[in-house]
Amino acid sequence: MAITEAPRIVTSRLSHSDSHTLERYLATGGYEGLRKALSMTPEQVAAEVDAASLLGRGGAGFPAGRKWAMLRKAPVTYLVVNGDESEPATFKDHLLLERDPHQLVEGVVIAAYALGVTQAFIYVRGELALGMERVQAALNDAYEHGAVGPDIFGSGFGVDVVVHPGAGAYICGEETALIESLEGKRGFPRIKPPYFPAAIGLYGEPTVVNNVETLSNLPWIVLNGGAAFSALGEGRSAGTRLFALAGKVRNPGVYEIEMVKTTFRDLIYAPVLGGGVLAGRDLKAIIPGGVSAPWFGPEHLDLPLGQDEVGAAGSMLGSGSVVVMDDQTCALRAAWRITKFFWRESCGQCTPCREGSGWLEKILRRLEQGAGREEDVDLLLDVCDNIAPGITWPPQQTTICVLGPSIPSSIASAIRMFRDEILLHVKEGACPYG
Amino acid sequence: MAHLSPDNLERARALVALYPHPRSALVPLCHVAQEQDGWLTPEAISDIAELVGTTPADVLGTASFYDMLHTEPVGTYVVSICTNIACMLRGADDLLRHAEEHLGIHPGGTTPDGMFTLEEAECLADCGRAPCLQVNHRFFGNLTAEGFDALVADLRSGTLDSEVPHHGTLCRIRRTGGLSSGKGGPPAMAAAESVPEGGS
Amino acid sequence: MADPVTTSHHAIIPPAAGNGAGSSPEDVSVVLDGAEISAKPGEFLIAAAERAGVFIPRFCYHPRMKPVGMCRMCLVEVSGPRGATLQPACYLPVAAGMEVSTTSEKVRKAQDGVLELLLVNHPLDCPVCDKGGECPLQDQTLSYGPGESRFIEEKRHWAKPVPISELVLLDRERCIQCGRCVRFAAEVAGEAEIDFAGRGDRLEVAIFETQPFSSYFSGNTVQICPVGALTASTYRFGARPWDLDQVESTCTTCALGCRVAVQSSSNRVTRLLGIDSDPVNQGWLCDKGRFTCDAVNSEDRLTEPLVRREGNGGELERVTWAEALELVARRLGAARNDDGPGSIGVVGGARLSNEDAYAWAKLAKGVLGTDNVDAQIGDGLPAEVVLGLPRATIDEACSAKCVLVLAGDLREELPVLYLRLRSAVVDGGAKLVEIAAGPGSMASWSTSSIPCRPGESPELVSLLAAASGAAGSGAAASAGTLPGGFGPPAGVEHAPWEAALGALSSSGDGGSGMVVVLGRPSLAESESVTVEAARAIRAAWPAARFLPALRRGNVMGALDMGLAPGILPGRVSLEHGRRIFESAWGSLPAGRGLDTAGILSAAAAGELSALVLIGADPLGDFPDRSLAETGLQGARFVVAVDTFLSPSAALADVVLPAAAHHERSGTTTNIEGRVTRVGQKLVAPGQCWPDWMIASELATRLGGDLGAGSAADLWDEIEQLAPSHSGLTRAFFDSPAFRDGEVLPIEQTAVAIGRRKAPAPIDPIALPGVESVERQGAPPRAGMAEPLGGSELAEQGALRERTPLLAWDADAGDPPHVPALDSYSLRLVTRRRLYDSGVHLDACPQLAGLIGTAVLRVHPTELDHLGLAAGDRVRVRSARGSVVLEAATDPRMQRHLAEIDANLLNADAEGASLLVDAGQVVTDIRLETL
Ligand SMILES: Cc1cc2nc3c(=O)[nH]c(=O)nc-3n(C[C@H](O)[C@H](O)[C@H](O)COP(=O)(O)O)c2cc1C
Ligand code: SF4
Ligand code: FES
Repeated sequence: MAITEAPRIVTSRLSHSDSHTLERYLATGGYEGLRKALSMTPEQVAAEVDAASLLGRGGAGFPAGRKWAMLRKAPVTYLVVNGDESEPATFKDHLLLERDPHQLVEGVVIAAYALGVTQAFIYVRGELALGMERVQAALNDAYEHGAVGPDIFGSGFGVDVVVHPGAGAYICGEETALIESLEGKRGFPRIKPPYFPAAIGLYGEPTVVNNVETLSNLPWIVLNGGAAFSALGEGRSAGTRLFALAGKVRNPGVYEIEMVKTTFRDLIYAPVLGGGVLAGRDLKAIIPGGVSAPWFGPEHLDLPLGQDEVGAAGSMLGSGSVVVMDDQTCALRAAWRITKFFWRESCGQCTPCREGSGWLEKILRRLEQGAGREEDVDLLLDVCDNIAPGITWPPQQTTICVLGPSIPSSIASAIRMFRDEILLHVKEGACPYG
Repeated sequence: MAHLSPDNLERARALVALYPHPRSALVPLCHVAQEQDGWLTPEAISDIAELVGTTPADVLGTASFYDMLHTEPVGTYVVSICTNIACMLRGADDLLRHAEEHLGIHPGGTTPDGMFTLEEAECLADCGRAPCLQVNHRFFGNLTAEGFDALVADLRSGTLDSEVPHHGTLCRIRRTGGLSSGKGGPPAMAAAESVPEGGS
Repeated sequence: MADPVTTSHHAIIPPAAGNGAGSSPEDVSVVLDGAEISAKPGEFLIAAAERAGVFIPRFCYHPRMKPVGMCRMCLVEVSGPRGATLQPACYLPVAAGMEVSTTSEKVRKAQDGVLELLLVNHPLDCPVCDKGGECPLQDQTLSYGPGESRFIEEKRHWAKPVPISELVLLDRERCIQCGRCVRFAAEVAGEAEIDFAGRGDRLEVAIFETQPFSSYFSGNTVQICPVGALTASTYRFGARPWDLDQVESTCTTCALGCRVAVQSSSNRVTRLLGIDSDPVNQGWLCDKGRFTCDAVNSEDRLTEPLVRREGNGGELERVTWAEALELVARRLGAARNDDGPGSIGVVGGARLSNEDAYAWAKLAKGVLGTDNVDAQIGDGLPAEVVLGLPRATIDEACSAKCVLVLAGDLREELPVLYLRLRSAVVDGGAKLVEIAAGPGSMASWSTSSIPCRPGESPELVSLLAAASGAAGSGAAASAGTLPGGFGPPAGVEHAPWEAALGALSSSGDGGSGMVVVLGRPSLAESESVTVEAARAIRAAWPAARFLPALRRGNVMGALDMGLAPGILPGRVSLEHGRRIFESAWGSLPAGRGLDTAGILSAAAAGELSALVLIGADPLGDFPDRSLAETGLQGARFVVAVDTFLSPSAALADVVLPAAAHHERSGTTTNIEGRVTRVGQKLVAPGQCWPDWMIASELATRLGGDLGAGSAADLWDEIEQLAPSHSGLTRAFFDSPAFRDGEVLPIEQTAVAIGRRKAPAPIDPIALPGVESVERQGAPPRAGMAEPLGGSELAEQGALRERTPLLAWDADAGDPPHVPALDSYSLRLVTRRRLYDSGVHLDACPQLAGLIGTAVLRVHPTELDHLGLAAGDRVRVRSARGSVVLEAATDPRMQRHLAEIDANLLNADAEGASLLVDAGQVVTDIRLETL
């Protein structure tokens, strides 16, 4: 459904209802990328990925090639796939896990080959039971098929892949928390430095963590070359990317879109994509890139969907989700619900995040229910400032991980864009939207 | 209550063997225990502690970090209604309110007959079909009040039994290939007769 | 074996530097608040700043644990490539050129913010909180916090307080989630009995519902909790910090010598807090040491002299000191004069201070002329072995290439040594090989745990030595029979065997990198077996050093002071010390006397005219109960000097009440040979006298003169006469450099001692409640003479007669004959438990519930034979006696072995000592159904 003529890279076989099976996968060119990769040297494979300018799709947008290069100097022991997708309104990895698990498996094996890793773990968000079943089934078939296990396709290279279930904790998507969780502990993000799990990762060993979508791109990149990938999109934002469109939009769903060439307006309004705001209402605000991202107003609709472009405008593409709020949406209620999410999901290590999230949630709830005071608006900002000093973008932090400093995004956005509406709650003693 | 059954102990040991360090199997073993009893019984927690080499307090403490792991009994069906932003924008609050009325319980509660436990969930990553919910981690989307009532009726009557396993069942596909243990070294296919189970 | 991943939830880079005294060329320079300071590269900023005198506020950081960065109180502004950012000082490694501000506007705002956030859910119930007045949260809020809170919402509520053990209560509303307690439990104690449960601001400290927080180290969590979330049942509402008075002292509950602050109010000890002594306890205490301090307050204390009168139905009656002393002196004098000095036996002394022990040694050996003197009660090792082996310090053990442990379960016997060694292995990568009969507490983390039945340790050691290629093992190997080459002996698995060999073979030339922790693995096995094993160790690894695992209070000091047969004060033999002490004391015993077993045997045979028990309870503590009984009955006159009426004291003819710990000042000596101060905090109740004074009064009445008017005088005499104690003057005692004590003999010159650096000041946030000992000053020097000056000191040293210190001649001696085990019998192991059935625990109501009941532990198969199951009662019979016990099973135990706790009793107040014959090398038992 790309609005440009770009090929579909990770969603090419989703029109088939049996896209998750080995038969369909093989019938649609599956494991050809892996065969090709095995005919190359690991260095050549890594070079293709580097040439592709494949930015990580997990949220931070760090170039996969560069991450690997940093690690390839020391032998990497583990590859960990981040399939914990829990950022609110993000549901693209969910789709890939359920609908094209072999593509992920193939990507994992290609990455393992390039990194020289013999043990990989796919950490799947616990709630995605069907996804987990599909990935496990795909792995079972892939073992049988010789695409995973020892001596893959007779190449002499082997890797073992274990599916690891999560158990319901958003913070486990943060890569060091994910590693802790995979070690059987609570998902407390690790203190940094070290800044990447590179040196001290899983079991203290060098570890690469990549997102499901990131790795799902690898079969295509290897088959078609890194150059073909980087020819799509523009600048650092190469290739296509999945966008999860949700909220007050006519056709919510996941769309694969060529980066930069497409704008928020295209995504939301194009008839083949979002199809416009629900019930033809006016657009009030959008949350680009997950609820950790600062909001945009209608004036940003023509911003291209590119990492740097959105970053320069003061927000981020983040996890690849776009939430649409219409003119009937109470911004305060939206900010409150998002803050409630962070409060419930804070791991509890850092005082500012642990206590700040709960305090902010209480103030916002009180305000939304009409029991707020005018000074609560400044109080909100000051508490936010104690979590993310200066409330800048990208945020500064007083915490271990960036969950905490993500809390102010929606609160500061709502106050910046809709202060009058918030004060109306105070004045009327109730939510103006009922 | 219940210790891990001999079958599940066997499964648990195979899971432990998948990892370079036993402790990694802690959460997968909790899922096995929940598949058996619907929740983590103190006996199962003690078993898990022994299997992964730590104290029951440590297992309990770790498990209680995770929303899906229940340290108290829950109903046959755990209904988790997402009220996060995408679902909220599409009527999740009304759906939750309706569910509370229909089931006569608030989030965290269980119906007196032990059939349903209601939960208010954070985003379940199915926002394309908002408002959505999960019953025992199986998705139901685009729900209306009527749809919810029909779902509850189907669950009660058992017509959804094949789609919605009892609480705690996560992955019904067992691991059939690969190493029985992740303990480094060059990978070698497990002997056919000792195919380990996995994925819980 | 230790699993590195499970020890902490964070993989962190450890600080490059230790406590960092002294500078080295690699030091980097950092600008801190505008001033240049130097730091070790990689050191955490918070520690570097502290050394430079800049205090950065903190809650979760604890210098003895890995940083977690949870509280965020320590944020400072650090300039870096992306401008100045707030960084946590507690885990930020110092790097050259760093510029740090701890006082900038941004830092102040952050500190203010963190404190306000910490208080939003805090109950602010300081007026009723035990921690109020010594609370890091309270103190730092005053210094760095907001004036008032803007929080108007409902606070988080929890049920409170909930008991999580007999000793500890938890108030979750006060908790600030710093994780100090749960980290201590997992990281330091290695027993995650408490853990965080939940997530986010529902994070709570929790136990597993059916398992209380029964760790022997639980009190440390109470001490390091920076708020009043964890409180001790023994202290709750007991006092307010500002009403407490304190003195620095040393715990003498066991022989490790942990440094403590003793705090009292209204002449009652209210609590003991650990002091961070780097070479010894590093701030930690065990619960027994911490909480039995309450015993001195007990109503059951002896407070007046008692005498048994024939006329009065044999009851003990109160008398005056004069009357009691007169009687004792008369009977002792008569024994000496009529039956000869050899008819007098003196048992005990581990309860005493060094000064007390010296006075008693002088009385016994100099005035009474008997060498039948023994501070050990058949539960230790021969004094000449203990004192004659080359000694290691705890630090040396912890940094050794290989530690070999042949002793009882260290967690039960020397708990804080257990912590130190565990940390050396788990965090420091040290290798530790344990030789033990059964599964003990060290098995889970030691490098290797080799099972060994009673009687077999010498052979096993020789085998290990030969198999690991020890240099001196040739003789041992050829002497012993080595079945099956160098593979593991029967019953030992391959993996631990290989691990042990690997560890032992890395122990350096002749074992120069090896430290052996040597104690009595079982009281049902004769000490001669351990001695023989020590001989084998010496033969195989001649350069190895030893850390004696003797456990009673000041047993090492008592031995040092000559309370052992054949020994004189200062670690010298009767023979070598004769010249010094004959002239100083007037006279000395003619030859070596009897040890406790010998004294009791002599008494049982009717050969003893007088038996003096100094804080000794043979009925409770001697491994062979029958001998203890017949001995006490056979002695014609028994005098007990004690603090409680122990079962043995209750049988005495005269009972003299002694001052207890905390009621007298002086010194004590730990297993390393480290002398530290014990402080006086209380006035002894009733008419209790310090032991030295009792000895002195008796000496006078016996026509002698101890020549001392105070404990201080006694120390001066010790320093002047006892060869190993030379140079440890009272002038040095009183210098701040002496806080950690001094390991004797002092090798450094007096000048070097003068230059010794004082230990780091006590950190009130790491150990809240310990008012800086420096600020409170040294313990009162009441009655102490003027200390000697520096030049006099040097003179004294020069004048000292040099006498060879004891060196154990390992070549001598016959190996004990270990009888074969018949196939119907089980070999008995008796091991000591921390919470024993002794008078001190009984005197502490809160602890009495922790004392277990003696059970019989065997491999399940041993019960199957008899058709019995765990939980059944069974009669255990040896050649000596029998006792009925409840049976328990442990599949990890070896076959043909039975284990009974040595110092616990069954419901009938009977225990393993009924089974043991002190004259036998090992004890074999049979099980009978009832
Ligand atoms: C609070 C938080 C939650 C995160 N959740 C996810 C997630 O659910 N899935 C994911 O792939 N990355 C998530 N990330 C990003 C990961 O830390 C990491 O950057 C990513 O998995 C790396 O993979 P990539 O380079 O392929 O994007 C999260 C980060 C944070 C701070
Ligand atoms: S910022 Fe929040 S989620 Fe992240 S480590 Fe700190 S408390 Fe946990
Ligand atoms: S975060 Fe540094 S002391 Fe707590």
